[in-house]
Order: sequence, then C-alpha cells, then structure tokens
Amino acid sequence: MGDIDKLMASRRGFLGLAGAGGAALALGGARQGQAAPVRTNARILILGAGAGGAAIANRLSERLDGAEITVLDGRAQHWYQPGFTLIAAGLRGADYAVSATERWLPRGITFISEYAAELDPEASRVTTTGGQRLDYDYLIVATGLVLDWDAIEGFDLSMVGPETGISAHYASPEMAEKSWHALDRFTDEGGVGLFGRPATEMKCAGAPVKICFLAEDIATTKGNRDRCEFVYNAQAQNLFGVPVIHHRVRQIMDERDITYRYEHVLRAIDPGAKTATYATPNGDVTDRWDFINVVPPQRAPQVIRDSGLAWADRWTDQGWIEVDTQTLRHARYPNVFGIGDINGVPKGKTAASVKFHIPVVEDHLVAEIAGAEGTRLYDGYTSCPLITRVGRAMLVEFDYQDNLTPSFPGLIAPLEELWISWLMKEVALKATYNAMLRGRA
Amino acid sequence: MEEFSLMTILAVFEEMFGRGLFWAMVALAVAITLAWVYVLVRDRSLSMRKFLLAQLSMPVGGVAAVWFVLVMTNSSLRDLGGPIDGIVLLGVFAAGAVGFAILVYVVQSLLRGRPADS
Ligand SMILES: Cc1cc2nc3c(=O)[nH]c(=O)nc-3n(C[C@H](O)[C@H](O)[C@H](O)COP(=O)(O)OP(=O)(O)OC[C@H]3O[C@@H](n4cnc5c(N)ncnc54)[C@H](O)[C@@H]3O)c2cc1C
Repeated sequence: MGDIDKLMASRRGFLGLAGAGGAALALGGARQGQAAPVRTNARILILGAGAGGAAIANRLSERLDGAEITVLDGRAQHWYQPGFTLIAAGLRGADYAVSATERWLPRGITFISEYAAELDPEASRVTTTGGQRLDYDYLIVATGLVLDWDAIEGFDLSMVGPETGISAHYASPEMAEKSWHALDRFTDEGGVGLFGRPATEMKCAGAPVKICFLAEDIATTKGNRDRCEFVYNAQAQNLFGVPVIHHRVRQIMDERDITYRYEHVLRAIDPGAKTATYATPNGDVTDRWDFINVVPPQRAPQVIRDSGLAWADRWTDQGWIEVDTQTLRHARYPNVFGIGDINGVPKGKTAASVKFHIPVVEDHLVAEIAGAEGTRLYDGYTSCPLITRVGRAMLVEFDYQDNLTPSFPGLIAPLEELWISWLMKEVALKATYNAMLRGRA
Repeated sequence: MEEFSLMTILAVFEEMFGRGLFWAMVALAVAITLAWVYVLVRDRSLSMRKFLLAQLSMPVGGVAAVWFVLVMTNSSLRDLGGPIDGIVLLGVFAAGAVGFAILVYVVQSLLRGRPADS
C-alpha cells in the first residue's frame, strides 16, 4: 500500500506539471533533498537553445526565484542531432530530428530569436544580430560549434544527394535525408564508398564510424556486399581516440572487410571526376569514389572566437573556450560558464556529455548566487552508442583518463555488440534527451 | 546515467510515448488488473477452466509482445548479442504473456458472468 501511495503521489505531481504553477512543486519533489529555490535578481544570459542551452534554462528557472533569464538563439528549429545518424541510414525521416526551439524553453524567461553577434566579456555585454544590447551578470555559452564546409575545397552542400553520391549527414535533418538517398543508391549499385573524419575536435567522434558500419550492413542486407568497397579514413594513427575502443573498432572493421587508413584527412573533392584528395604525412593522395560521406572540420562560432574567451595557446585554429576542465567555469572570466560542444576540454562533445555538464554548471552558479561554493565536478564523461549495424550497438562511455565508465557495469558490456545497446539508441536516447531538455533527467 | 530515480524513468517513458498515451496505457494496465481482482473477489475463487484457457493463451501474448518490440525497433532475432539481450527478450515475452493471460481471464469472466453455484 505504501508503494501505491508513493506512486499516486508522484503521479499527482506529474499531473500538476501540466499547470504552470505546479511545475516547480512537482519538480522540486522529483529531486529529493533539493533545497528551496534561491532568491536573486541576477541577470543570466544563455547563448544557444540547443541541447545545453535549453536544458540549463529549465534547470535554472526551477532553482532560482526572481532571476532574469534570457536565452538567445536565432534558429527557430531545435535539432535532435543524434537522430541524424538514423535518418542518414533510412530508418527515420527528416522530421524525426526537428522540433520548435521555443517548445523546450520554460515560462517566465525571455527568449530572443536572434544570434549573438558581439560578445564583450570585459564589459559583460552581448550584442545581438538585431542590434539589441544585453548586459549580464552571468553568461552561459552553449552555442555548439560550426561546421566548416568551406574548408573542403570543391565541396558545396547543394551537391548532396543520390545524383552525385555525396553524403553530408552532419549538416541538418534535411541533408541527412538526402544523404540517405545517396547511400541507398550506392548500396543498390555498388562501387567504392569513402568515409572518414576531420582533424579538428568534433562532435560525436563515433558518428563517422557508425555511418560506415551502417552502410556496410545495409549493403549486406540488400545482398550487394560483394559489389561494394568500404574505406574508412582516420585523421590520426588510430580509429578512435580511446585506445581500447580503437582496438575494438579495428577488429570489427577487419571482420567485416572494411579497409582503414590512418592519417588521411579529406582536403578537397571533385564531384565531376568523382575523386577525393586527402592530406597525408607523405603528401596528397587522390582516390576515386562512387559514394563519399563528408564530415568537415569543426570550430567555435566566429563571435566566440572574436570574444577573447577562447584558449590563446590551444586549439588556436578552432577557438574552443578556456574553461576549467572540472568546473566548466571560464579560467579568466569567473562569471562565464560553458556547456556542450563549445567547451575547450579534451573530451565531451556529445549530448551525453551535456547531460553531465548541466548539473555541474547548475551547482556552481546557484551556489555562488546563494553565497556558497559549488562542489560538483565534471570528469570528462563522454558516451556514444557506437552502432555497428541495424539492430546492434556498443554502449561506449569513457572519461578524461580514457577509462571506460559503463553506466550499467556487469549488465551491459561496453565493448560487446548488443541488441540492448541498440535499443538504447533507437528508443531510449531521444526520450532521455528530451527529458534532459526539460530539465528532468 | 547521471541520476537514476523513479522520476527520471517516468520522465523518459513520458517522452517516449507522449504524456497522454503513456498514462493512458498505465491506466489501462491498472484497470485490467483491478478488473481481475474484482472478478476474483466477486467469484470468490479462481476458476480453473478460465485459468486454463488464460494459460494456453500465454504464448500468444508473449510472441505478440516480442514481435511488436522487434518491429518497432527495426531489429530481428539475429541481433541478440549477449546474455543481457536474451534476458531482455525473455522479459518482454513474460510481460506480454502474463498481461495477455490476465486479460483473457478477465474477458471470460466478464462475458460469461458469475459462474453457477455448482
Ligand atoms: C551526426 C551526429 C550524430 C551525433 N550522435 C550523437 C550520439 O549518438 N550521442 C550523443 O550524445 N551525441 C551525439 N551527437 C552530438 C550532439 O548532438 C551534440 O554534442 C550536442 O547537440 C551538443 O549540444 P550543444 O548545446 O553544445 O550544441 P547544439 O545542440 O548544437 O546547440 C547549439 C545551439 O546554439 C545556437 N547558436 C549557435 N551560434 C549562436 C550564437 N552566436 N548566438 C546564439 N545562439 C547560437 C544554435 O542555433 C543551436 O541551436 C551527434 C551529432 C551529430 C551531428
């Protein structure tokens, strides 16, 4: 009976969520032992309403009472980017990854549908693309990163599709769908498929490997495997930055007869001649392709690179912001925090990492406002369900030290190709992501 | 996962099916279970005949549940890779089997009404 009471109570709490007034109450109950909202009139500015921006806006509006929270993001669409891989493999349509940005933001905050155009951390001021000037007490940078398509000579996003055999699923939900049509045709007709990753830091370093595995699996399922050749081009001397995962990926590529090459970085493509040029330690190498998946170099948005928040001596061509690796607080501007892909830390450019960034930034910011000191630390947690074929994945999770950090030790083996890990990606990941956006997971 | 609480799990399930559908399914499961308790109390005994048919229908419910999960997740039985996968699959089968058996029992009881006192 006690259990039923508890269930009913929590259920009532949930129904209460529907009413705006009930929200704080219900969520307060959800996180047991959490203190009452902290009163403040601090002005908090959040740049970006993606995975990190939307989630922290919800957490802060719950934890703080009276704060002036402003969220800035010029894109009306929110993109669930982990879904791009499923779209590019023909398992979902483009709309799977698209929702309205505003839908995820809490009430009682100000949402400005513009981008930050100028950022002056000395003056604690941001100017929007529409010319509005916003002064802040605390700034949370969650702009994600930009994909530098122009860095690939000869490439343009308008080329993506089945006619050319060019795939670029990183670009957008729509491009992911076009990329599927390119892959569909390639796995029907056969030929050479080229895959690979850029030499910069990147979001979800497993994604280029996943699309390669998926392509090979789709060709096999269609009965056309013997007509297709697969080549994966790694930027470094490994297939994945974490050694133990590198070895596992290499083993699977060997088993499935996928060719891999180290230190091959895509530099240019010629869609007419259907060739790609790679920079290698021994000079340029040019190869013919029938299908190519392009993942470009990735950098901080220009406004961030110009702001003085970036590292001065690391990743100078990329511009990630100089935050403490554990507290995610800016090293030189203590009223600035970073969440997500924009952070200049050695790992952590995944949505799963965002989930671990949120409570840390929330803790330090709310503690400071309450006149105390935050205690929570980020350990580099990064995760990516490494899909190895339709129906199977490896749930790889690791930290700064390249240690594996399985969420379900003894239950879900991280380096084993499992159906349950696929279920996590296919069914549970989007739901967990959405719950995170709402500040509930 | 960062924090694993009942509320997190409920939040994830709500997102998976949509809040309305999820709670409608929970309500349906609760209603069927309550109906089962009701007919048990009403009839004051477990009817062995109805129970037999309910048991015989269990594999149907189990197979249907497994089929549903596989279709919904673009997977097939060849994707099972380790012991945990087998356990998950058995769990799905068992849940489908038990749920369907209770449903069959309840439907029989409600359709046929009270048994004659014999
Ligand atoms: C193909 C692919 C597959 C992936 N697979 C996985 C996976 O399986 N698992 C996983 O955990 N992660 C995965 N990821 C990575 C994950 O999507 C990102 O790491 C995550 O979205 C990062 O969150 P963020 O908030 O930092 O950035 P984003 O979610 O990209 O949001 C950034 C927001 O900032 C806005 N913005 C940009 N510039 C400005 C500005 N100047 N002013 C204001 N707003 C601005 C943008 O419009 C955007 O809405 C994948 C990504 C891709 C592309």
